[in-house]
Amino acid sequence: MTTTPYGRETLALHAGQSPDPTHGSRAAPIHFTTSYVFPDADRAAELFNLERPGHVYSRISNPTNAVLEERVAALEDGVGAVACASGQAALHLAIATLMGAGGHIVASRSLYGGSHNLLGYTLPRFGIATTFVDPRDPDAWRAAVRPETRLFFGESLGNPGLDVLDIPSVSAIAHEHRVPLLVDATLVSPCLQRPLELGADLVMHSATKFLGGHGVAVGGVVVDGGRFDWEASGLFPTLTEPYDGFHGMDFAEESPVTAFLLRTRREGLRDFGACLSPMNAFQLLQGLETLPLRMRAHVDNARAVVAHLDGHAVVERVSYPGLESHPDHDLAARLLPFGCGSILSFELKGGRPAGRAFIEALKLFSHLANVGDAKSLVIHPASTTHFRMSAADLAASGIGEGTVRLSVGLESAGDLIADLDRGLHAVAKLLKE
Amino acid sequence: MDLDVLGQRTRLYTGGRAFDRRLPAVVLVHGAGHDHSVWNHQARHLAHHGFGVLAPDLPGHGASAGQPLASIEALADWLAAVLDAVGVERATLAGHSMGSLIALEAAARHPARAAALALIGSAAPMPVAPVLQEAAETDRPKAHGMINQWSYTPASHLGASPAPGLWLPGANARLMGHQHAGVLATDLAACNAYQHGQQAAAEIRCPTLLIYGERDQMTPARAARPLREAFTAVPGGTRVVTLPATGHALMAEAPDGVTDALRGFLAAR
Ligand SMILES: Cc1ncc(COP(=O)(O)O)c(C=O)c1O
Repeated sequence: MTTTPYGRETLALHAGQSPDPTHGSRAAPIHFTTSYVFPDADRAAELFNLERPGHVYSRISNPTNAVLEERVAALEDGVGAVACASGQAALHLAIATLMGAGGHIVASRSLYGGSHNLLGYTLPRFGIATTFVDPRDPDAWRAAVRPETRLFFGESLGNPGLDVLDIPSVSAIAHEHRVPLLVDATLVSPCLQRPLELGADLVMHSATKFLGGHGVAVGGVVVDGGRFDWEASGLFPTLTEPYDGFHGMDFAEESPVTAFLLRTRREGLRDFGACLSPMNAFQLLQGLETLPLRMRAHVDNARAVVAHLDGHAVVERVSYPGLESHPDHDLAARLLPFGCGSILSFELKGGRPAGRAFIEALKLFSHLANVGDAKSLVIHPASTTHFRMSAADLAASGIGEGTVRLSVGLESAGDLIADLDRGLHAVAKLLKE
Repeated sequence: MDLDVLGQRTRLYTGGRAFDRRLPAVVLVHGAGHDHSVWNHQARHLAHHGFGVLAPDLPGHGASAGQPLASIEALADWLAAVLDAVGVERATLAGHSMGSLIALEAAARHPARAAALALIGSAAPMPVAPVLQEAAETDRPKAHGMINQWSYTPASHLGASPAPGLWLPGANARLMGHQHAGVLATDLAACNAYQHGQQAAAEIRCPTLLIYGERDQMTPARAARPLREAFTAVPGGTRVVTLPATGHALMAEAPDGVTDALRGFLAAR
């Protein structure tokens, strides 16, 4: 990355913050305030009118949140970011900025269940349709495009089969059709992949996961790569025509490289209101400081777990792109050279009862609906995150009845393997009965 | 707004208010590899405080058509053509970096058109390091990295952008990346070749403001001094504002400092 002379470890600790000029505080202060005093009436008007940078009201911006936004943008090599209440809020903000009723999205069908709900069930109520495609099939992406398509969307590592999104190819197809590619990079974090460098235009994170790492704060962030040419595309009136709701601003004329962020903040945060608490921003910043260290350790532990599960007598198959048996192994070597994260899934012999027996035998892995915690997590998607999906949709997403998903944490690898052995042993017993 | 200037579509950013030629006009000229958006804050402020603001995208930059012009002199004449196109006789000419040379040369060649002059991050001559010129020609991302390296203070290399949520090094690299291949190289070559700056300065008789970044590495104080001292004919001398803890990316690093300096200068006239 040539944008900055600093490496990722340095950016993770410092980007977006200089020591507080008033008190010299080294840590990022928590600006627990809803609003900001205007020095005088003129200055107030100037702030509202974007004649001066600064903060007016914490739904729109906050100094602690701004540190988080800048830091994630720096790590992703974007031009900036908007932090918001959750990963779901980030996805909604991005979509709502780019289109309204009548818009259409082409999305990978391998998505987090919540994203699938939003795109497949909820947004259609607001006139935004989505076509889900096999992320591995370039022709499917192409064939799904309609005149009203305004966005391509996929996950770096698809949930739960861990399909590797071929960002260079999919973004090229998106660009052929003058639309941007938004990548949900939650499962990889900027330490394992920078989607913007690979051709994506926008990146979003559920900061709730690896960015925070501690599992104490829900948050989201959307990062703009600043490369997409909205005017040249001609498909985005929200960015290229005057907006009566904000000083008649034509965002792309105002700032070609930050147009998307301007509207996301000045309309999306302002009107939809899904802002992040500064307390959460602070906690997420604490997590970000150690992100590079943690991601390396996550990957090391995941590799140890995968090696243990792969070929085990009661395990049908392990899905982890780092394995040669994974259909995206070569792609992963190219797009995820530092490792494929620490989420993996595997299919137990014995189907649904085996899945249940396995999970109940575990002592260290926590059974819950989350990923990317420092602590190891386990879930059975068919009965939890994906329970709304039909059996056919489930199968299309690569989920079986005995599929177990692990989010491998930072415990001692030996302890994790011993715990998994408890579960595997229980399954073996069940299969014998 | 988009306007025809010498037969080419030209983007003129007007700071969020329709341009009104009855108001005192201020022209804001961006620097090498940039476009009008470097002036967002200053343009919006002046446009909402009684000035008619024109921040053009130079030919071949941003949304303006055509090829980048190869010399500061040609760009200075083009700037006069912009004033013709909008029907403005006299304007305050302000520029940043390469844009400051354009404003300076335009004020010298077309003294009747310059009501006042404001040069930001300026030095003349403005030699360009051969490594940077070469990178601009053969490896643009490398050139953008060098410019970032030299444009920001050590503190703003790590961000803490005055504008919430922006990562300044990323935004600057991407703005340069938006320009067509060859634009930055042409711009830098034009800066490097321009030898008329001090002579032009000696001819300037309109009120003149110089804004410097205290920690500017691209046009450091030492390199800027010969130009500053060349303004011998400005009645009452030049006005100089040095912004503390600011590098060469003055409008991004110290948006209020630049705005206040410009506004104070314009108000004093
Ligand atoms: C890949 C992915 N994207 C988005 C989300 C939604 O994020 P949040 O729970 O922060 O709204 C999640 C949450 O599980 C996720 O795993």
